[in-house]
Amino acid sequence: MIFVSKKIAKKASGWILDGNHAAAQGIKLSRVQVIAAYPITPQSPVTETLSEFVERGELDAEYIAVESEHSALAVCTSASIVGARTFTATSAHGLAYMHEMLHWAAGSRLPVVLVCVNRAMGAPWNVLNDQQDSISQRDTGWIQIYTRNNQEIIDSIIQAYKIAESVYVPVMVCYDGYVLSHTEMPVDVPAQKDVDRFLPPYRPHTILDPANPKNYNLVTLANPRVNAEGVLCHGYMELRYLLQEALQNSRETIIRVGQEFGELFGRSYANMFWENRLDDADVVIVAMGSLAMEAIVAADMLREAGHKVGVLGLRVFRPFPKADVIKALKKSRLVVVFDKNISYGLEGATCSEIKSALYGSSVSAVVRNFIVGLGGRDVKARELVDAVNKSLLSVKEGDLNKEYPEWICDI
Amino acid sequence: MQLMVDTIEPVAFGTRNDSFLRLAESQKYHLCMQDYYEIRWHGRGGQGAITAAKILAQAAYLEGYQGVTAAPSFGAERRGAPVSASTRISPQTVMVVSQVEDPNVVVVLDHTLLKYEEITSGLVRGGWLIVNSWRHPKELDLGGDFNIATADATRVCSSLGLIVAGLTVVNTAILGAFIRATKAVGMASIEKAIRARFPNREVDINLAAIAQTYEITKLEKIR
Repeated sequence: MIFVSKKIAKKASGWILDGNHAAAQGIKLSRVQVIAAYPITPQSPVTETLSEFVERGELDAEYIAVESEHSALAVCTSASIVGARTFTATSAHGLAYMHEMLHWAAGSRLPVVLVCVNRAMGAPWNVLNDQQDSISQRDTGWIQIYTRNNQEIIDSIIQAYKIAESVYVPVMVCYDGYVLSHTEMPVDVPAQKDVDRFLPPYRPHTILDPANPKNYNLVTLANPRVNAEGVLCHGYMELRYLLQEALQNSRETIIRVGQEFGELFGRSYANMFWENRLDDADVVIVAMGSLAMEAIVAADMLREAGHKVGVLGLRVFRPFPKADVIKALKKSRLVVVFDKNISYGLEGATCSEIKSALYGSSVSAVVRNFIVGLGGRDVKARELVDAVNKSLLSVKEGDLNKEYPEWICDI
Repeated sequence: MQLMVDTIEPVAFGTRNDSFLRLAESQKYHLCMQDYYEIRWHGRGGQGAITAAKILAQAAYLEGYQGVTAAPSFGAERRGAPVSASTRISPQTVMVVSQVEDPNVVVVLDHTLLKYEEITSGLVRGGWLIVNSWRHPKELDLGGDFNIATADATRVCSSLGLIVAGLTVVNTAILGAFIRATKAVGMASIEKAIRARFPNREVDINLAAIAQTYEITKLEKIR
């Protein structure tokens, strides 16, 4: 088997960390001021580690113990509006329980950063990895960033604060439960002084302060209205337009921040997705999260068999990089999308986005979708290879797009 | 602490990497840095198989391997119930995140687990089965086309007093047998990894357990 790819080789820093400890280090380096979280598998070690940092005085933050995830995010939004940099972390049912407050944070344009350790949703009960939890929160107005390994977790969290506080949109950093959260691998932990140079202190757009009383998030009716001071204010729809506009325009900030990070730390994130051998690829594998690494191994195996295969590893899912995707896929004739999630009754979420991006473009590739890895089902590179080979064969036989996704499971 | 040069020829698992052979030759003791290792650990909940998997990965990274990962078997664990873990070691970044299917080393912390077929499942030809057992490898009567190493790590640890909550803790000791059999990492790196993971008062006893287990390890190679 092909075990490694020479494409991504990092210099040794000496130590290995699991994803949860990498996340905690990223939060500490970001000098977060208020943390509120409720434990849930496989996220718990993130907040346990942070509470230890606070207890030992290594992180100057308020750690607020709450009775639920809904309250955790309520605390974060409230702290954010009084001027604090805030953090929470959760998984699966905890994220679902936060759903209302997710809308609240985005609608209030508060730069909260949340880590979602991706875990399957019940029923049936399961604690293992897939991406159904964060995909289910797709339409709440948050920027969503997915990471492939533990280095990307720590780096993405630090960047997330800079992005969120530039565009005033909350950011969700997602990583695969167990596959990354509980797996140790080499991680270069940046120096505090370098992070301080990269990430300036939080500057809120509005501060609620008893010394200077204000209203915030009043009932806002459909049409613009004149306020008590006689100023014409936006209606609900104008505020919602501005949220959409902020996400549409955030691509530029995400790429700029990723580039600045690269200049300072030597690891560039000036992209919306990772490209692996796309230059001459006529077959492209699309995957998100750690699966995008396993996909590189699969692509290498397919290359050895003579196929021109590349990998598009989605990093930023919201805002969805439509124009970049069209450009990256322009030479492709077959796109095979692997989803660890599904929009029941249709197909995997990233597949829908890819198809939507290609509509009306000059790319006329066949798009195939495979649902994989739900509830922690192991996904092996050889299974990705089989799925691509199967797709190539059926396309050759004239069977093009399929109405529904195929599943890699025992039915 | 320095290891003696072993008289047994290292076994090649995969294709060799020239730069790593050169690196191996430059070591004080003879290391056998292969292209890659996929190691699966089997123990019982509480024996520390997962910790051992992590210590080895850390040591290998310090040794100069660029790609290492250490993972538990995903999900719940119970004290006393069979558990497994894995370590991957490679000269280049490890891109594989799926579970180990075809290990070239299997380490067993509790020999009573050998009755389960999945313990040696997928173990490649010419790989190593390393068992905490007082028996000689030949006496395990396992057949198979892999090499076997045994060491009575339990006896080493109980004589040293390496006992936690009434349980003899063999997870670090068995690393001595691992090094003796595979020569994948050096003792200096193991020592650094142990010092990073344990409080000072626990370092010496663990290092002694590793060194003593190294000395008593019995190797039986297939022909």
